[in-house]
Amino acid sequence: MSKADVIIIGGGVIGCAAAYYLQKNGVQVLVLEKDEIGAGSSSRNGGGVRQSARNIRELPLAMYAVRNMWPVLGEELGVDIEYCQQGNLRLGKTVEHERILQQLVAQGQATGLDMVMLTAAQVREICPHIAEEVTTASFCPTDGHANPLISTLAFYKKAREMGTEFITGEQVQALTLRRGKIAGVLTARGKYEASTVIVAAALNSRAIINSIGVDIPLQSSLIECLVTDAQPPMFPYMIGTAPANFYGHQTSHGSFVFGGSSGLEPYGPNVEQPISQPLTPPAICRAVLGYFPILGRARVVRTWSGFLDKTPDLLPVISKVTDISGLILACGFSGHGFGIAPIVGKLLSELVEEKTLTLPLDAFSFGRFKPFM
Amino acid sequence: MKECVIRRTAAKEPFMAKLEDSMIVCRCEEITKGEIRQAVYDGMMTMNEVKRYLRTGMGLCQGQSCSRKVRDIIAEEMSVPRETIEISSARNPIRPVPMSIYANDKACKRR
Repeated sequence: MSKADVIIIGGGVIGCAAAYYLQKNGVQVLVLEKDEIGAGSSSRNGGGVRQSARNIRELPLAMYAVRNMWPVLGEELGVDIEYCQQGNLRLGKTVEHERILQQLVAQGQATGLDMVMLTAAQVREICPHIAEEVTTASFCPTDGHANPLISTLAFYKKAREMGTEFITGEQVQALTLRRGKIAGVLTARGKYEASTVIVAAALNSRAIINSIGVDIPLQSSLIECLVTDAQPPMFPYMIGTAPANFYGHQTSHGSFVFGGSSGLEPYGPNVEQPISQPLTPPAICRAVLGYFPILGRARVVRTWSGFLDKTPDLLPVISKVTDISGLILACGFSGHGFGIAPIVGKLLSELVEEKTLTLPLDAFSFGRFKPFM
Repeated sequence: MKECVIRRTAAKEPFMAKLEDSMIVCRCEEITKGEIRQAVYDGMMTMNEVKRYLRTGMGLCQGQSCSRKVRDIIAEEMSVPRETIEISSARNPIRPVPMSIYANDKACKRR
């Protein structure tokens, strides 16, 4: 029905970024998306572009993206993606919190990341709106945030302009093989041919690769966010806390986006669609007001939820499948894929074109789960 | 929308401005018809994509006043029947609720 050099399954930020970097090098890409562009976690996350508190094996990707990609990405794609690199402030109130933060700082510093502990007075100086009980904080000045909705669409827009074909509403049902090599994909409407297929379909990746007997362990996890009306500019930092009870930032529009949980999400009704849990937004509000009482009058205009695709070690699979020529996996981002999406897109293009990799991908190999599957 | 297959390749013709492009459609976020038309031209082909790209329907009224108008503009630009464009989902809390009040909704008060 249709032919391309590479088929990407999934029109999220990873799929769109990979399409962009491939098409830029003249590789003809076809992206198949079952819903619409950025319908899943790409548009449901908190927008953090964060290196601090990242798994040490994933940190090089985050550091590379922050140093070399995020600062120029908006200009490169021709869309304002609202990237704001003013640091990540992680707040704490108790001795136990301070211990957690000190550990994060030591871990960051050991890997070459610029991180410091701040005293109560220092925190108040850079962020006067915090609650009185806040006594300690860690700060990573090179962290930041961007608008994940627009960033995803910006990759899509640029790739489309350069010649990538996107088909939305087209759900891939199976992969097809010819003599043990990838030949294309099957959908309800027909078949598409390509000798390389990148599966970047989050949780749906599993059913897709199962069609040819390949499997990876993935588990879903429901998380929720809320957004307030526009407030006067208060602070430019990405905010987190030592107990990790909420995270968030103020957008360039003025609204605050906060994410968090009530702890009850895993026990909710088993639903296919990410449906908001009634107790989660109040829990997020209580957590936020415990650190920023000034926001009591900020009005929540919307709440939403989304699924994480978690692997057992909470690291993504960004890998060729050794036994099947032409199959590349990019899934299991476990809730922290947005910040590393540009470099993952670039690395995927290098995997396809068999170029020297900008960074090693050994920690994200498909093979690491083989003994369990 | 999910059943609706859209093939998306870049437009060949340049974007054409129209006389009524300066008309404000989303009043909360002050977004004009021209901006919506340009977004569709740039590839935003569903209510959600236009919303995420431009903020139409992201303001205080959450699209209660402009949703149908935005839908009609998208349908017109794409030359498809308006019924094929799905309106974005409404989400909690429907009307803006101060965080201090929302925070009081606790499990123990439920029956």
